Amino acid sequence: MKEIVQQYLQENATGDLVSWKCQLEASHRFSLPLAKTEELILEARLLPTRYQRNRDTFSIEQQYKIFHSCVAVIGCGGLGGHIIESLARLGVGKIVAVDPDIFEEHNLNRQILSSIDFLGWSKVALAATRVADINPATTLIPVKAKLTAENGAELLQHADLAADALDSVTSRLELAEICAERNIPLVHGAIAGWFGQILTQYPGESTLQRLYENRSQSIGAEQKLGNPAFTPAVIAGIQVAEICKVLLGTGQTRSGTMISINLQDMEMEKIVI
Amino acid sequence: MLVNVKLYASFRTDRFAMESRHYPSETTIRDVVHELSLQEDELGTILVNTRRAGLHAHLADGDTLALFPVLSGG
Repeated sequence: MKEIVQQYLQENATGDLVSWKCQLEASHRFSLPLAKTEELILEARLLPTRYQRNRDTFSIEQQYKIFHSCVAVIGCGGLGGHIIESLARLGVGKIVAVDPDIFEEHNLNRQILSSIDFLGWSKVALAATRVADINPATTLIPVKAKLTAENGAELLQHADLAADALDSVTSRLELAEICAERNIPLVHGAIAGWFGQILTQYPGESTLQRLYENRSQSIGAEQKLGNPAFTPAVIAGIQVAEICKVLLGTGQTRSGTMISINLQDMEMEKIVI
Repeated sequence: MLVNVKLYASFRTDRFAMESRHYPSETTIRDVVHELSLQEDELGTILVNTRRAGLHAHLADGDTLALFPVLSGG
């Protein structure tokens, strides 16, 4: 069966590119889920045309590795919405999106998944709709719940890494502990006004715990400053770059270091935590 | 003694990015935080000469003190 499908894909490819139309037709003809067809395309060393502009940033082997990855995005607001959008466009095979909230009017200034027509809708449900619109070969599992110590291990069961897109110190520290127990990396991002920070933490490290040590009762600068449209876009973009490097085991992720970004003064600083 | 004080993110508003400031000997980081009217519950990472430090630590002549606010928005 696999050989027949891949022969069909080879015959209908343009060079080594398989168009969306061809991927759809193959899925219908052989009664395969779109994700399975995508896997067969990549296994045959062909490339879905949607990833044509990923070249030569990623090889077909790397695109295959990205497809076989599962990323848990914890928080689907300002940072999480942008992260989910990028992961789907990147071709990540599975996204677990976790958030208990619904969209409210004050989210419209920055949260890319929010829109007037869907105020009052669940954030994770709209994340699933958005991903299905962008890339149906990506599976998004919506979890309308708060991540806790009780449900954390189960929710992150299949995740290769977690993206921290939460909005409180306490919940971030909880996530860090769950990731440590699960032995998976964590890519942290936080924002306030013109300012943001990113850090990547591998199993065995406790950079995030040191960063927020004795700060669980602290008042984050975002409580005064709020968050404008551009800050989550910038910080989430860097988080996705970090995620990509962790998934592929490539590049430098600056272990034990936080990157602090000031968009007002256009400064970026590495801080050893 | 002279201490180089670097402020980050929102701590710069109505203050400064970096200044060399005179303090009496035995000055602690908490003294500087209070002198600059920074709220302790808004304080995040504190570095002295790029190493993490606590509020109670004493500063020395020539030290560089960096103060970051807590950021936690998403």
